[in-house]
Amino acid sequence: MSNKAFAAVTLAVALALAAVTQLIPNEYFFTAAYTVLLFVILATAWNILGGYTGYVNFGSAAFFAIGAYTTVFFYNAFKAPLLVEIVAGTLVAGLAGLGLGYLTLRLRGVFFAIASLALAVVLYIFIVNWDYVGGARGAYVLQPREIPFGMPRYIHLIYSVQLLMAAFALVVARAIEKSTLGRGLAAIRDDELAAECSGVPTLRLKIFSTMASCALMGMAGTTFPYYLSYIEPSSAFSLSYAVNSIAMPLIGGMMSWMGPLIGAVLLGSVQQLVQVTVSSAWNLLIVGVLLVFFVTLAPNGIMGWVDAWRRRKAK
Amino acid sequence: MEVSWALLANAVIAGLLLGGFYAAMSVGISISFGMLDVVNIAHPAFIILGSYIAYIVNDRFGFDPIVVSVTVSPLFFLLGMALYRIYYLCFERRGQESLRGLAFFFGILFITEVALVLVFGVDYRMVNTRYGDVTWRAGEVDFPMRLVVPFLVSMVMVIGVQLFLTHTFFGRAVLAVAQDQLALRLMGVNPVRVKELAFAISIATAGVAGAFLIVIQPVQPAIGREFIGLVFAVCVLGGMGSIWGTLLGAFVLGLAESFTSTFFGPSWAPAVSFGLLLATLAFRPSGLLGR
Amino acid sequence: MLGNSVLTAPRRVLGALFIGLALSGTALAQQPLKIGFGMSLTGPLAGNGKAALIAMEIWRDDVNAKGGILGRKVEFVYYDDQTSPATVPGIYTKLLDVDKVDLVVSGYGTNVIAPAMPIMMQRNLTFMTLFGLNVNSKFNYDRYFQIMPAGPNPAVGWSQGFFDAAMSMNPKPKTVALVGADAEYPAMALEGAREHAKKTGLKIVYDKTYPPNTVDYSPIVRAIQATNPEIVFVASYPPDSAGMVRAVNEVGLKTRIFGGGLVGPQFAALKTQLGPLLNGVVNYEFYAPDLGSKFPFLEQFLAKYQARAAKEGVDPLGFYLPPYAYAMMQVLDQAITATKGLDQAKLAEYIHKSTFDTYVGKVGFAKNGEWAAPRVMMTQYHGITGNDVEQFKKPGRLTVLSPKEYKTGDLKAPYHENKK
Repeated sequence: MSNKAFAAVTLAVALALAAVTQLIPNEYFFTAAYTVLLFVILATAWNILGGYTGYVNFGSAAFFAIGAYTTVFFYNAFKAPLLVEIVAGTLVAGLAGLGLGYLTLRLRGVFFAIASLALAVVLYIFIVNWDYVGGARGAYVLQPREIPFGMPRYIHLIYSVQLLMAAFALVVARAIEKSTLGRGLAAIRDDELAAECSGVPTLRLKIFSTMASCALMGMAGTTFPYYLSYIEPSSAFSLSYAVNSIAMPLIGGMMSWMGPLIGAVLLGSVQQLVQVTVSSAWNLLIVGVLLVFFVTLAPNGIMGWVDAWRRRKAK
Repeated sequence: MEVSWALLANAVIAGLLLGGFYAAMSVGISISFGMLDVVNIAHPAFIILGSYIAYIVNDRFGFDPIVVSVTVSPLFFLLGMALYRIYYLCFERRGQESLRGLAFFFGILFITEVALVLVFGVDYRMVNTRYGDVTWRAGEVDFPMRLVVPFLVSMVMVIGVQLFLTHTFFGRAVLAVAQDQLALRLMGVNPVRVKELAFAISIATAGVAGAFLIVIQPVQPAIGREFIGLVFAVCVLGGMGSIWGTLLGAFVLGLAESFTSTFFGPSWAPAVSFGLLLATLAFRPSGLLGR
Repeated sequence: MLGNSVLTAPRRVLGALFIGLALSGTALAQQPLKIGFGMSLTGPLAGNGKAALIAMEIWRDDVNAKGGILGRKVEFVYYDDQTSPATVPGIYTKLLDVDKVDLVVSGYGTNVIAPAMPIMMQRNLTFMTLFGLNVNSKFNYDRYFQIMPAGPNPAVGWSQGFFDAAMSMNPKPKTVALVGADAEYPAMALEGAREHAKKTGLKIVYDKTYPPNTVDYSPIVRAIQATNPEIVFVASYPPDSAGMVRAVNEVGLKTRIFGGGLVGPQFAALKTQLGPLLNGVVNYEFYAPDLGSKFPFLEQFLAKYQARAAKEGVDPLGFYLPPYAYAMMQVLDQAITATKGLDQAKLAEYIHKSTFDTYVGKVGFAKNGEWAAPRVMMTQYHGITGNDVEQFKKPGRLTVLSPKEYKTGDLKAPYHENKK
């Protein structure tokens, strides 16, 4: 399927989902689904650098927070419309990714991972001390009174926006995966030295991959301040974003665009369910146990299982 | 702010004492990450585990927490051996250690944290030591025992590890494994056993560092996460595979934190520390004393 | 015979009507009154969240023992919000749309109150909240109520007692140092302190914050000492409260009055850990055994609370959140009973215009939902010896400096000469 065809199909599915689900009367579905979609975007974005290129990014929360705080900034400065804030957040996060990549991608992968963690801390301190976006006190972003497109509540709007953004992220990820760029990244993942010797411009590809990945992570964060109406640094930079964006592609399968989608929907839904049933510390335990389980017994994730089963059937 | 000699001297002392503590926390990473290439991101979880064990025994029997942790360190040693076994069988042997090993340890980090929450709850725990409230003053310079005692024991531990590595057979085997595993095998030493031993030592140091932590400040299960960045930063800053490097890195970070807190604003202290790390990675990735 | 058949027919209808009404009445009475909320059962504020939950459950059991509210048994539906704002929209939409609760109250702290506000406002619900500092200043919602006694201008009311005590010193102090953690509550409290400094003409010689996971606080305290402040105001959470008090004693801080906004010394854990190190510190409290006579029913409540808390590994004293968590439910109970129903508009109106008798005394609300008048007690610790908890259950470990109706003594200054 060509990129354009896939994009059309995904868009159609997203719009259909958005329309059909408007019929669900209870709001809880939308608040839960919003969070799951947020993770779909984060996981897909992370996988571009993690699964395709083989570089682990620990700082997903930092880029997510960049997206969120860019929204806060534009809200405070210009009361900008949501679309402007989304575009701005994505661009700023992409630039930050460029900076990180430029500084550290010449090193071994594990140093990049540590550097991404360090960047998250530096950024967190910077935001905490920046009073214009609220600093430690937090910032309030009030949902507008009139809701466009005649939707009953604001959550329906950002849910639909999130659906479209998830579709966009999937299209981008698939496009990268199937392109020559994607093959270059796979070469880097499998053996960077060999790739470099074969003439793959590893540094340039890695930097591009980082930028794309970080930009999409920022995009995931742009609607978040509206979802909560209140954003403060320690929850915006929460470690759970970093863990989930690694766990979900790992569980779903890191080789293709479908893996993060499956992992995010599955793990995200389980977490949402646990939160309102069993509750409490079990949420973290489940992520930890699933992570260890999949990583030891199913290294290629759920997609790996599916592929293995398909291969066995073909025999 | 009037910058007096006393203020400066105290900032230096505070920075060094803090650095000694950071060194204790990071020496394990220096071994497991610096020499064995195992990205044990769950290291802080074992530090917290050590804190809690020191807490229970201190609470129940009143023994000094540091004495407890040193006594209990063989248990951590065994735990480290077992953990490395699993890690080796599942990941290293299959050549998939980088990403998956990382994820594995991430999972261990969370499972340990949750286990502690389920057993102990989320309240902060503290210990009472005889020297906790004592401060030795030399003129205008203060030496709070709460920091001095962990510092002294930490120096003993770090120097002990270094001596072990350079003066014993197994220690030199560990250094050899860090340099060239194949050559080691060709010389008839089983690198897996050596790495197992080294990893076990790293976890044992984590247990002892845990006691230092709870002597210095109150502990609850989730604070392990806050130290992940710090321990790796110390190791990278100092230079991979060098214990002296780790010590130096720890002092540098401790001093940076202390000076920033005293003269510029404590809020910026972590930014300075991690900024230093980013700068090191950008301009001198082998660290201060790295190979 | 004719009389019989003529009379019994309407009587039968009336009888049926009565039976029908009675049945539906009891059917309604048997339908429980579901109150929903999120509460911090894990995460950094879980210690307080669990304590508040115990208090609320004691209230529920007390109310049900008396037959419930309007004849309906009270039931709780609650979920752990993990002290994380991100969980709040999901929790409250589930409570309202899926669990179909009759009434909602908030969790503990601004972090979990603020994200719930848009949902409350969209549905015009009356929202009783537990200890958020100044949440309504941005939303201006007329059905928001706050049980924390900070007064109509919470950030300022919070430290009013502290600065009043400071300015009562003779000669009047001229300089103040402000310090706190980089987190939501301390940032708010420091803002209020800055306003006080401006109002009283104090010169701010130190105004910095520190990251919450700081290990060693002595560099901070030394930097403060280097500016020679006469007043030191601290806004901190339990771990850093402990760290600051320790550091202050290690460095030997010399100042005339120290403390103000430390969260933590109200709980047994810190009281016993720090013990005599707390002597001389001026800090806010919400209850002390010295005031037992002023809050008559509180002692029996605390006895019940303390019995349960010891078993569940939660703060064994219960002087901080529990009385207020109980009081907030009492306000709701009285409002529902008085308005004879759950009409949210009537509830809000009634709560706004009435004064309530609760375990924490008389409670009245201002237009913005905060307390009509600030009543944060400012106290000075003294006479603490050793590290056992029993001494704190008896009076004599602190002096209440303000407000006037609860005052038991005067401030002893300077701080470094009154640490006994």
